[in-house]
Amino acid sequence: MPASSPDPIAPMLDRRFDAILQDWIKRQTMAATARSDRIDEKELAGECREFLGAFRRGLASGESADIAKTGWSEITDFLSRISRSRAQKGFSPSETATFVFSLKEPLFGALRAEIANDPERLAVEVWRVTALLDKLGLYTTEVFLRSREEIILRQQKELLELSTPVVKLWEGILALPLVGTLDSARTQVVMESLLQRIVDTGSVIAIIDITGVPTVDTLVAQHLLKTVAATRLMGADCIISGIRPQIAQTIVHLGVDLSAVTTKASLADAFAAALERTGGSLTFGGAPHAGTSPA
Amino acid sequence: MERIPILKMGDLLLVTIQVDMHDQLALALQDDLTNRISAEHARGVLIDISSLEMVDSFIGRMISHIAAMARILDAETVVTGMRPSVAITLVELGLALEGVHTALNVERGMELLRRNVRTLARSAPRARR
Repeated sequence: MPASSPDPIAPMLDRRFDAILQDWIKRQTMAATARSDRIDEKELAGECREFLGAFRRGLASGESADIAKTGWSEITDFLSRISRSRAQKGFSPSETATFVFSLKEPLFGALRAEIANDPERLAVEVWRVTALLDKLGLYTTEVFLRSREEIILRQQKELLELSTPVVKLWEGILALPLVGTLDSARTQVVMESLLQRIVDTGSVIAIIDITGVPTVDTLVAQHLLKTVAATRLMGADCIISGIRPQIAQTIVHLGVDLSAVTTKASLADAFAAALERTGGSLTFGGAPHAGTSPA
Repeated sequence: MERIPILKMGDLLLVTIQVDMHDQLALALQDDLTNRISAEHARGVLIDISSLEMVDSFIGRMISHIAAMARILDAETVVTGMRPSVAITLVELGLALEGVHTALNVERGMELLRRNVRTLARSAPRARR
């Protein structure tokens, strides 16, 4: 069917607009999936009226084959709005899509009454409307997913920024407590912020504490080694601390060679070692760590 | 042809790279430096790259080659003032410059070099005996 030909459904919609609308609203409120707790009848009726109006104008534009065309921009805008507002109200994406799909029944009923005497044409029109409404229904799901993805991306970025604090423990000693899994993107951020802080503070020792890193596989170990190598190139030393017994076992089983790196079991040990190397010392009465005795 | 100046400080040589390195310049430096080490009987070389903003694999390899050559000529090499971006690039290129000493700035580099050269000087006669 050529896209430019006047759509036969549009005039039918004009004639039976109110009947279809009433039928549709009634079916939705009666349906088992109706969410009267989330949306009241008046609001739903308003949305239905707006959708049906926009649907009619979209059909009248004659571009029924492709909802990406400008003739359908009104209805796609409206659906984006609906999808977002319903997502906020706690509707599931399938419930939102059902809002569009539920129009099929009243619309097909009207079509049947209109062209009952021509089964051939009825079938063609029903198929066209089905295809169109399916596209629109799926569009709401797409918008829903897109808005979710935006949220996830934003949170990911925030987490990335939050999760890489470089703290100055002492004159010349930096600590980098890592929490969460180390992937390539994070390693990059960690490395950059650590190296920059080394330059800013003129530190000679950086302690990377991996107490909060849940698992260390070959990739994570590789990332750690890269960070250590880059720190060394800058002229500072690296100590890796917070290695839990299981992680020590995994590292050895994986065959990762950490012999070139100073490793300590706890941050306290690493700090003591770092102090010793920078020539400082800590004295506590009855300190639990022997390493903290004055150098 | 432009050349990177090599300064002599006692038994140490000081090289500060303040222009963008291109391959020809790097090769010339390699030549000059090995000649100077041998001529001056230098015990240590300090290369300051704090104004070097970009490195490629060639320059990275050249730095480690210079260090290796200096070692053969019995001189220690310290590379100082490497920028974070340069360090990251070198690591990503897989050039960790093993065997090259590094320091945060020239001052620290000098300190490190003096200390190493002194301990070498002290241990050398003992080793011979």
